[in-house]
Amino acid sequence: MSLLEIKNLHASVNDNEILKGIDLTVNPGEVHSIMGPNGSGKSTLAQVLARRESYQVTAGSITLDGKDLMAMKPEEAACEGLFMAFQYPVEIPGISNAYFLRAALNAIRKYRGEDEMDAMDFLPLLKEKMRMLEMDERFLNRPVNEGFSGGEKKRNEIVQMAVLEPRLAVLDETDSGLDIDALKIVAKGVNAMRSKDRAMVLVTHYQRLLDYIVPDFVHVLVNGRIVKSGGPELALELEQKGYSWTEGEMAGARR
Amino acid sequence: MISAIQAPEKYLETFETSKSRSGSQPRWLQALRQKAFERFSDVGFPTTHDEDWRFTNVSAVSGTSFELAEPITVSGEQLQPFGVSQFACRLVFVNGLFAHDLSTVGSMPAGVKVGSLAAHIAAAPEHVEQHIGRYLSIERDAFAALNSAFIEDGIYVEVPAGVAVEAPIYALFVTVPDAAPSMNHPRNLIVAGENSQVTIVEDYVSLGEGTSFSNTATELIAGENSHVEHYMVVREGEKAYNFSTLRIQQGRSASVATHSLLLSAALVRNNVHPVLAGEGSECLINGLFMANGRQHMDNYMLVEHASPHCDSRQFYNGILNGQSHGVFHGRIIVHKDAQKTDAKQTNRNLLLSDDAQIDTKPQLEIYADDVKCTHGATIGQFDDNALFYLRSRGLAEAAARHVLLLAFANECLDRMNSPQIREHLEKLVVAGMPEAATFAGPRSGEGAERNWEEMG
Repeated sequence: MSLLEIKNLHASVNDNEILKGIDLTVNPGEVHSIMGPNGSGKSTLAQVLARRESYQVTAGSITLDGKDLMAMKPEEAACEGLFMAFQYPVEIPGISNAYFLRAALNAIRKYRGEDEMDAMDFLPLLKEKMRMLEMDERFLNRPVNEGFSGGEKKRNEIVQMAVLEPRLAVLDETDSGLDIDALKIVAKGVNAMRSKDRAMVLVTHYQRLLDYIVPDFVHVLVNGRIVKSGGPELALELEQKGYSWTEGEMAGARR
Repeated sequence: MISAIQAPEKYLETFETSKSRSGSQPRWLQALRQKAFERFSDVGFPTTHDEDWRFTNVSAVSGTSFELAEPITVSGEQLQPFGVSQFACRLVFVNGLFAHDLSTVGSMPAGVKVGSLAAHIAAAPEHVEQHIGRYLSIERDAFAALNSAFIEDGIYVEVPAGVAVEAPIYALFVTVPDAAPSMNHPRNLIVAGENSQVTIVEDYVSLGEGTSFSNTATELIAGENSHVEHYMVVREGEKAYNFSTLRIQQGRSASVATHSLLLSAALVRNNVHPVLAGEGSECLINGLFMANGRQHMDNYMLVEHASPHCDSRQFYNGILNGQSHGVFHGRIIVHKDAQKTDAKQTNRNLLLSDDAQIDTKPQLEIYADDVKCTHGATIGQFDDNALFYLRSRGLAEAAARHVLLLAFANECLDRMNSPQIREHLEKLVVAGMPEAATFAGPRSGEGAERNWEEMG
């Protein structure tokens, strides 16, 4: 069974239709990349998947592992194995990274009927994941994302993903704003998470990310629709020809 | 001004009772009390026409006949729930009077005096005379005058020059309400000598329900280059009125931190009045107030910069639920000679219900020309982005709100220096937090957030 099944998805923000009929199937073990110009609806798709309430789904269906994602609250989606790395991670002063992440992990474990993890067991796990993302241990006790640089915030998202071990990870422009060194570190972390049970959806504006995380499938999103799908070579083609190339394709797709 | 006329008559009798109860106080103290009582009789209780009391109506206090709280004995067991037995140095006051049997000072460095003010007045009146009433003005505030009129007992701490007291001095003030409304007026004196260091906690609790009025005043004299940390905790009953004034006098390069944690009482007025009198001194004024139901919590800060190169930092966070009302009045006075003053004031408020209310008011009076003063306040609800972020990581909505509340409270708790006290107070905060299920958060989304920040 596919892990994520999106059928004819239409979604609006403030009565503005952004997604105009998306179909996408993601199977366990696959990495899909969604590319597209600014305003094409990439981030909206990510937010809808994470169940942000300000995005209204007006038509279509989404299932996560066969279950109706549209019926889930954000926390239920997370507990069912969905994780979104935020394009703009939120700063939460007053709560340490370690406290926050342990609370999150335990919420998910509890939902699955597993024992909660105490601080003694949790800290080594978190430290290991932070080492993988080359984050200094002092970030353990720093308030969540507060005063982090852009790159540190993005790495912190991947640390969270590594700790929470989702079945489906949606990375919303995780590469934006990263320098090449940070990008390599993030890619290394993401690649280490690839497995036959886990799927990933990389939402990105730039082909550069795909040099380091090679996807199985690339989809081009323009004006709320997927206008072209293919293998990794599609990303290169897009890089050479630019997004304007797809606009002609879109006209073709409409027929 | 009816209350102003009525007040003295009601209080005259209790004043006479108090004088006869405290017996043979030195003449200078009797004179101080008499003068203070006269002052109180002249001015009476303030009304909301008074700018300093604009947001707080004290008629619940001025309109009630309070008897002087009787001396009463309580058992150690009764104090168990307050969770202070972990502190090696504990002073317990019951209805304003020192409870010798319940208190333990522990081991103190040589020369340090810790105990009851009444005992020290009897033993070494000249030490007390030097300081008491010298800095707390009975002219400024009717409640300070009333407190001074009833000086009988309270904390006495004296730390000689160069001595550091490691263990916090924890004072528990227990009010035991009577059938009739009762009042007590603890008076505390803390004298930290040059280069000394000391940490003091005042914790006000109620044992039982009933109408009570605690009107306390603390004079804290921080000598040159001393380091003093002061904590004020109010967790009184639902019919308790707690009025307090903390008057801090700072010498050259003295560093003082004052933390207030207001958790419960019907009506709280928390006056904090540091005077940075010595050059290069610094003061942290940190507070968290959490009001529920119909509680009213008023924080009145008066920060006086009287010398050059002094820093003051005010951070107050308010969490207001139910129909509660919070007030933050942050007044900063920079005197003419206080050049290079750096004063900062921040008041952040979280309104958890549509009926909760906050009044926040900065008041800057600057008479020097080379200063940096900033102030800012926010009034808002939960940040939707933060809420969604937490939920997207698996936390249920109620748990996410709880985490954000804790985060907001932690901003204040994290400024506390003593890990032991911080841990103790965090437990009180968590226990006092509104159950996440009981507040859905206001639905009025847009335009609800207000921020302002200015530089002067």
